[in-house]
Amino acid sequence: MSKIKKDQILSFSKSLKKKILKMAYVAGAHSSHFGGALSIVDIVSFLFCSHMKITKGDPLNMNRDRFILSKGHACLAYYAALCEVGFIKEKDLETFELDGSDLLGHPVMNRKLGIEFSNGSLGMGLSLAIGVAIALKKKKKDNKVFVILGDGESNEGSVWEASMAAVKFELDNIFLLVDKNNFQQTGSTNEIMQPNDLHDKWKSFGWSVESIDGHNIDEIADYFSKPKVLKKPNALIMNTIKGKGFSFSENNNDWHHAVLSKKLYEEAINELENNGN
Amino acid sequence: MAIEINDRNLKIWSTIGPRATFGTSALEFVKEYKDLMIITCDVSTSAGLDRFRKTYSENYLDLGIAEQNMIGVAAGLASEGYNVVTTTFAPFQVARCCEHIKVNAGYMKQKISMVGIASGLILGNLGYTHCCIEDIGILRSIPNIQIISPADCLETIKAFEACLKSDTSSYIRLTGGSNNPIVYQKDYNFRIGKSVKIIDGSDISIFCNGAMVSECIKASKILGDKKIKASVINMHTVKPIDEEAIFNELKKSKLIVSVEEHNIIGGLGSAISECIVKFKNSTPMLKIGIDDYYSKGGSYNYLKDLYGLTAEKIVDSIENKINE
Repeated sequence: MSKIKKDQILSFSKSLKKKILKMAYVAGAHSSHFGGALSIVDIVSFLFCSHMKITKGDPLNMNRDRFILSKGHACLAYYAALCEVGFIKEKDLETFELDGSDLLGHPVMNRKLGIEFSNGSLGMGLSLAIGVAIALKKKKKDNKVFVILGDGESNEGSVWEASMAAVKFELDNIFLLVDKNNFQQTGSTNEIMQPNDLHDKWKSFGWSVESIDGHNIDEIADYFSKPKVLKKPNALIMNTIKGKGFSFSENNNDWHHAVLSKKLYEEAINELENNGN
Repeated sequence: MAIEINDRNLKIWSTIGPRATFGTSALEFVKEYKDLMIITCDVSTSAGLDRFRKTYSENYLDLGIAEQNMIGVAAGLASEGYNVVTTTFAPFQVARCCEHIKVNAGYMKQKISMVGIASGLILGNLGYTHCCIEDIGILRSIPNIQIISPADCLETIKAFEACLKSDTSSYIRLTGGSNNPIVYQKDYNFRIGKSVKIIDGSDISIFCNGAMVSECIKASKILGDKKIKASVINMHTVKPIDEEAIFNELKKSKLIVSVEEHNIIGGLGSAISECIVKFKNSTPMLKIGIDDYYSKGGSYNYLKDLYGLTAEKIVDSIENKINE
């Protein structure tokens, strides 16, 4: 990947973080899923800034790659990216979680805004992806389906129902991006349900699996530039940090769903400007 | 509709029952509805879809015994423009994957036609894991889903096609088994949400659907012999409920009766009584169905008798109510 491209992605990622901070702040006492949004910012930036087929100004374009945020609570990163590519207006981000808003605490399907599906109830995104991926293959379209799945979310049985089906139908157009930040709502994933062996699990289900540092743009780019195994769905285990980017939130599960005060908002903006993240 | 309605076909459908009728009619509908996708969970034989599976493999997916995933896959296909039908045994088609139906078909309005096979009590020998007396109650509380319980095999075909044509998700509840009584001897006008009055009587009004329609027709004849004139209204659609038909019966009837092969909580009787309270009215109502408990299992006839769902028992209940 060229330095220019990488700088573009990093700058995109920084911009998403700014927007996430703004929305989290606007949400006020409603609170927001801060930590789990920050752990996916880098992969979302890579996808929306450089990798996915997106047509500016045309969220409904049938030649788009499909993006499904199965861990719907991380929508702060999704909305920020959709804004960055021009599908959601910047001023609308400030309606986050407000009365009657299109931008709630979990995505509500709205194709005009680029929101592919309603998500939030965990363990449903991969099933949708399978339906979409089968449809794309039937229509002989080479578009890809990207799904972001949480490691906590992987407790859901329906994830593993879907896992088997994607292999059966040889859906090599699916890219399952597992956000392995090692936390879920009330504790570490290890403590709640021990899903620390996600790489082996997906492999044993028949997927083509790799693990990388989910915050390292070079590693992400390398992964996507490599040729893929035909007829196998792809799972990428991304080792990430919940709350990534801000000293107060990194690996601090209190930020799973929390209120961003004015003081912390300003502190975070300061960190973002000074540290470069 | 390309399927011919004649005496021979009516007889065949009746013999094979609603499940196999559904499966074999798909062989015809796929010629007309090119975007049809039928998705099952390892039940192609039970749903009469074996020939379909072999002949139209491009239009068929078996997702294994995994109903939650089935609904999500169906919604994904629907979102890309496919006309998707899912089917498995009613308890698994509805209750097992209920929240997936809520999110995908209800909340997101992805159009799926769901066919619950062997609903009601027909599998009573297998126990209540395989009977289904809750499906209508569960689905009625989810917005954006039409609920249809066909009276016989012809109505199963007509309901199936109406769902394929509709833009809204549907649930088709198949009751009864093989050697299914014929309610409709010839073609008629079927519309989702529009009930059909099969017998017009001036004293009381019996609302029913599914396999109960033929029992109620028999009951009405027995009541006629006893000088009680009973209307029989086939409320094949439970949602949206035909309010006009209920209102019309209320105007003239001395007793409103609902008969259903379902828990009396949440089903047809509930839907009718919810409608009745909207009108200023004091007509009494009798709800016949499964009185909110799981009995010991047994054959279909044994269970129908136990729950008062045979023509004779329906007549008894109505007479008791009248004589109260």
